[in-house]
Amino acid sequence: MSSVQTQSVQTGRIARTFIYLFLLLMALFYLLPFFIMVVNSVKPLSEITGGNMMALPEVFTIEPWLAAWSTAQVGVEPTGLRPYFWNSIKMVVPAVAISTVLGAINGYILTKWRFKYDTILFGLMLFSCFIPFQIVLIPMARILGILGLSGSTYGLILVHVVYGIGFSTLYFRNYYAAFPTELVRAAQIDGAGFFQIFYRILMPSSGPITVVCVIWQFTNIWNDFLFGASFASGSGAPMTVALNNLVQSSTGVKEYNVHFAGAILAALPTLLVYIVAGRYFVRGLMAGSVKG
Amino acid sequence: MGFLDIKNATKSYGNVEVLHNVDIAVDEGEFLVLVGPSGCGKSTLLNMIAGLEDITSGEIAINDRVMNGVHPSNRNIAMVFQSYALYPNMTVAKNITFGLEMHKVPKPERDEALQSVSKLLQIEQLLDRKPGQLSGGQRQRVAMGRALVRNPDVFLFDEPLSNLDAKLRVDMRTEIKKLHEKLKTTIVYVTHDQIEAMTLSTRIAVMYNGYVQQLGTPKEIYDTPENLFVATFMGSPAMNILPASVVMKDGVPHAEITTSEGQNALLPFNQENMSDWAGKDILLGIRPEAITDPDGVDRKSKTVVPISNRVGVTEPAGADTFVTMELAGKDCISRMRADADVTTGEIFDFVINMDKAVAFDPQSEMRIK
Repeated sequence: MSSVQTQSVQTGRIARTFIYLFLLLMALFYLLPFFIMVVNSVKPLSEITGGNMMALPEVFTIEPWLAAWSTAQVGVEPTGLRPYFWNSIKMVVPAVAISTVLGAINGYILTKWRFKYDTILFGLMLFSCFIPFQIVLIPMARILGILGLSGSTYGLILVHVVYGIGFSTLYFRNYYAAFPTELVRAAQIDGAGFFQIFYRILMPSSGPITVVCVIWQFTNIWNDFLFGASFASGSGAPMTVALNNLVQSSTGVKEYNVHFAGAILAALPTLLVYIVAGRYFVRGLMAGSVKG
Repeated sequence: MGFLDIKNATKSYGNVEVLHNVDIAVDEGEFLVLVGPSGCGKSTLLNMIAGLEDITSGEIAINDRVMNGVHPSNRNIAMVFQSYALYPNMTVAKNITFGLEMHKVPKPERDEALQSVSKLLQIEQLLDRKPGQLSGGQRQRVAMGRALVRNPDVFLFDEPLSNLDAKLRVDMRTEIKKLHEKLKTTIVYVTHDQIEAMTLSTRIAVMYNGYVQQLGTPKEIYDTPENLFVATFMGSPAMNILPASVVMKDGVPHAEITTSEGQNALLPFNQENMSDWAGKDILLGIRPEAITDPDGVDRKSKTVVPISNRVGVTEPAGADTFVTMELAGKDCISRMRADADVTTGEIFDFVINMDKAVAFDPQSEMRIK
């Protein structure tokens, strides 16, 4: 009995060693590029061109970060990424907010105010999640033109809201499907109206799924390049497009350290959102699936 | 013309009619219980009274006001749900006053109503808690408080006790009955538990397959069931249904059944019109408590018949002893006093109280009147 136990513990130890080795290897594989980015963004350019990319900096400098943020040449103007960062914020915040609220209302209606053909409608909305971006570029450009929104941040907000509704509706519908309908009925008898039920009864219980939806939308919209490059140009471009311009437009010497710093700057907000709300993300995903 | 009037109410989903021409008039202060197996339409009927489901045809009126198409919140009703449906994000106090707030009742009045209701239900110390921090019985009280505070014309209960454990269920049952006797409000109560139905109601509507099978006082339902379904559904253990034939002896109609020993026993009816059934087969319905040992007989009963039969299984249940035997080729249960002296496998002299027997037409399954 006891010998069997020790044996099983020992095989467990060997297996465990392999698992950790494998995990370590995978972690290295992902962390190495990030390491290179961070290390090289705090080196003077001469150290990069003259030496080893993997080496730690001999002279530590935050100069590349400051340059990327405010003075680097982006396109024609030496503005740095700062104005484009604000462009992205001005695009992401309303787009995330609107698509999340609309998704929540859609989910509420599709589960608690069922009507004829509602499943077909939901199916169509789901379908919109799987339409590749490229297909809609030309029709979308036409529509933005008709609405007079082409080349503006408002146009981008519209595009991202339209694209985001499919996913946010999916999240909220599945979450609210597990929400007891008796509560809605009780509120109806209590005299609460359509929107009162929504924001007094359902919304207070929607924390986890709202976090999931916001993280998802924020990451997708912030990282979008195709729509940004197609529908917003010049000074209205979002961060991702500006980063591309920064890397592409340097005349003369390629300032790799500035590029690295700029790329990290562009990735920072999504990283921050995940670190702040990440644990709710996992919890929310579990809540939606387990309850349903 | 009742206080709550259900006239010819029908409910269909598409082509499927689930509730057929229901006619019930409930007087003010009555406690009506809708009872039946699952899928019989009782909850649908309750939801139609509440306004949560619309009425396909017919009419439902409360206090002389026709309610077809009226929004649930404007019917002056309150409902207690099976899951209690307490708002999880609100405190008990908020839960109770939410309806008043929605009806734009000013804050001082709301607080006053909250005070009196929480005092009545003894939940004053729970007012600041969230529903998640309450036990089942406490949630039940809060759900009732939420209904009471509105001071409605009609209370609707949808299987309110089915989520409680057995002991608490009995306690809450008594409490609901006390509350009704105190407040005298009209109540419609849905349950599938026939004991709840018998103990709580002033009248019972037994439902099956979308039809009201019988509407009457608990005593009428229990003693004179309209048909075989009502007879077997109400009462636990269920009524014994024994195939018998009617024979005339000394000008009195008798039911003839076979005992476990293959002998024929004659049980006289004290119902005159049974002579019309002479020579025909019937189904004889006898409640378990109408078959006893000779000492356990009700002194007031007029027609008591002894019958010798072999004892099958005895089940002592504390207060009673249940005895199963074979009678007329069927398993038959009798309910005896706890200290009745019966032994498994032996012949025993049972006594059948024919005052309580009913007869059914085997074709139509209706009671022979």
